[in-house]
Amino acid sequence: MKEPLRITLLRHAVLLLFVAISIYPVLNVVSISLRPGDRLRSTDLAIIPPDWTFASYRALFTEQPFLRWLGNSLVVSGAVTATGVALASTAGYAFSRFRFIGRKATMLAILTTQMFPATMLLLPLYVLIAKLGLVDTWVGLMIFYTATALPFCVWQMKGFYDTIPASLEEAARIDGCSRAQAFWHVVLPLATPGLVITALFSFMTAWSEYIVAAQVMQDESMFTLPLGIKGFQASLSSQWGLYAAASILVSIPVVAVFLAFSRYLVNGLTVGSVKE
Amino acid sequence: MATVTIRDLHKRYAEGFHAVRGISLDIADGEFLVLVGPSGCGKSTTLRMVAGLEDVTSGTIRIGDRVVNDVAPGDRDIAMVFQNYALYPHLSVRENMAFGLKMRGTPRADIDRRVADAAAALSIEHLLARRPRELSGGQRQRVALGRAIVREPKVFLFDEPLSNLDAKLRVQMRAELARLHRRLGTTVIYVTHDQVEALTLGDRIVLMNHGTIQQVDAPLAIYRRPANRFVASFIGSPTMNLFSGMIRDGVFVVADEAARLPLGAEASGLTAGPAVLGIRPEDLVTEPNAVPFTTAEIEVAEQMGHETLAHVSVGGSSHVVRVPGDRAACPGDRLSLGVRPGGVHLFAADDEGRRLN
Repeated sequence: MKEPLRITLLRHAVLLLFVAISIYPVLNVVSISLRPGDRLRSTDLAIIPPDWTFASYRALFTEQPFLRWLGNSLVVSGAVTATGVALASTAGYAFSRFRFIGRKATMLAILTTQMFPATMLLLPLYVLIAKLGLVDTWVGLMIFYTATALPFCVWQMKGFYDTIPASLEEAARIDGCSRAQAFWHVVLPLATPGLVITALFSFMTAWSEYIVAAQVMQDESMFTLPLGIKGFQASLSSQWGLYAAASILVSIPVVAVFLAFSRYLVNGLTVGSVKE
Repeated sequence: MATVTIRDLHKRYAEGFHAVRGISLDIADGEFLVLVGPSGCGKSTTLRMVAGLEDVTSGTIRIGDRVVNDVAPGDRDIAMVFQNYALYPHLSVRENMAFGLKMRGTPRADIDRRVADAAAALSIEHLLARRPRELSGGQRQRVALGRAIVREPKVFLFDEPLSNLDAKLRVQMRAELARLHRRLGTTVIYVTHDQVEALTLGDRIVLMNHGTIQQVDAPLAIYRRPANRFVASFIGSPTMNLFSGMIRDGVFVVADEAARLPLGAEASGLTAGPAVLGIRPEDLVTEPNAVPFTTAEIEVAEQMGHETLAHVSVGGSSHVVRVPGDRAACPGDRLSLGVRPGGVHLFAADDEGRRLN
């Protein structure tokens, strides 16, 4: 049935309102990053100010250790993503396919860790990392992030494997695969959407995290991006231009990762394999 | 090609369920053996043990001369066709068929030739580039078959391969399977719950129930001389009519004296007492030369065209009579029923219900 025109218009008006609410802050940050100096408040409504300049962006790379922070963030996030995917894909498989003593208890224990707010884990984890001598190291931060991201990823992967019919692996084993080969050649390719979600989640956990990083990283040269950017915000004079420009640059890799991975985020990879 | 020998095979699951209880079978080289039985009878578990997908609790399985109990599925030189096809969805039809050969390191040229041959045999050459999701149910089943035959294994294992197809396609694929077996001559173990598939495809049928073998024989032998009441009621459609009653002075008397059947020569060696009389619907006839049995009124008449299945009530329970399609049979008609010579099956009245005559 065709919808009356006024309903269509109303629906679009509501949607436009929400779009405006979502993108206004982003546009505002873009605008601030292009203003000369540190003009946070401006009566001008133009998104691109008439006297726009890339000075803040230039300053980030020339006057600030922005590239150093970017490198730290990329190393930590990349490592957390790689370990997250490697561990969650194998642990999730074990929970999905094998029945072993303590399976349910372990799964519940993993879930329980998710019920504590991260700030509560801050102190014990910090003590742990300090005792291991890992303060001010990439590894210290990686352990912290992997530990917080992994529970969700393991559950997520377990749920994903549950949807892949066991008969596909059985067929592979009869076709000459070992269990590991069946996992590699048949299960893993079909679990791509799950792996992508795991990778994105791990990456995001590490990329934008501030509180933990602020404890583990004390030396400015080891700062990750959120820590570095926070440094622009001081009690007396905040460098809003740098702050805004850095915020825009920080979000670019995330958007790029999402765009690159989005085509894998489709359901129904197993369609046609088995008759339900 | 190879023989398969199963000795005293047991499967007990961790939770205690005893799925297969000591079965022994000798499957000849090139034989088409069908395992049939109701769901939960242990037929699929037996097949999966032969495939190596389930561990054997006790007993031995030999393929050829080799005991395969502890051999990995991929090293048993078998191929299996699953009920749900189990095609690799991320691979094309060609890659699906080539997968097993590739895993075994078969040379590329050899793989191409064998895939092409199998595809030609199954008329799926035009589908080779497609993904499983782009195929119909029948085409998927052909691809699953193709994946099995390119491997040129010693033994084919089929786990209810036709049960997901619609009725028309099933008949077509059944004939195709029979043709394929005649051409390849490979040993086949075929699991089904469909007795029509069992009767039409098998060189021999193994009828299972509760994890044990009830009878092993050629299809017609099982049909004509079921070893016990379970086999009698499982094989045949419509199922055999069973009447509880007594054998008394060489006559079978249906409970409540609802009908009597002189047993004649069949009675020799039988002791008087409770028993169950079995008569197949086609042996319960209205012909004059039959041994007179009873008269009964038609309650329901199912017209199939070539025949009419007349449901009649004898001794308070419902039974089926096959009436030739050219004869009128309407509800309310009274039939005077006799039993064709040789159509009498007598079973013990106990739980085991073994054959008496």
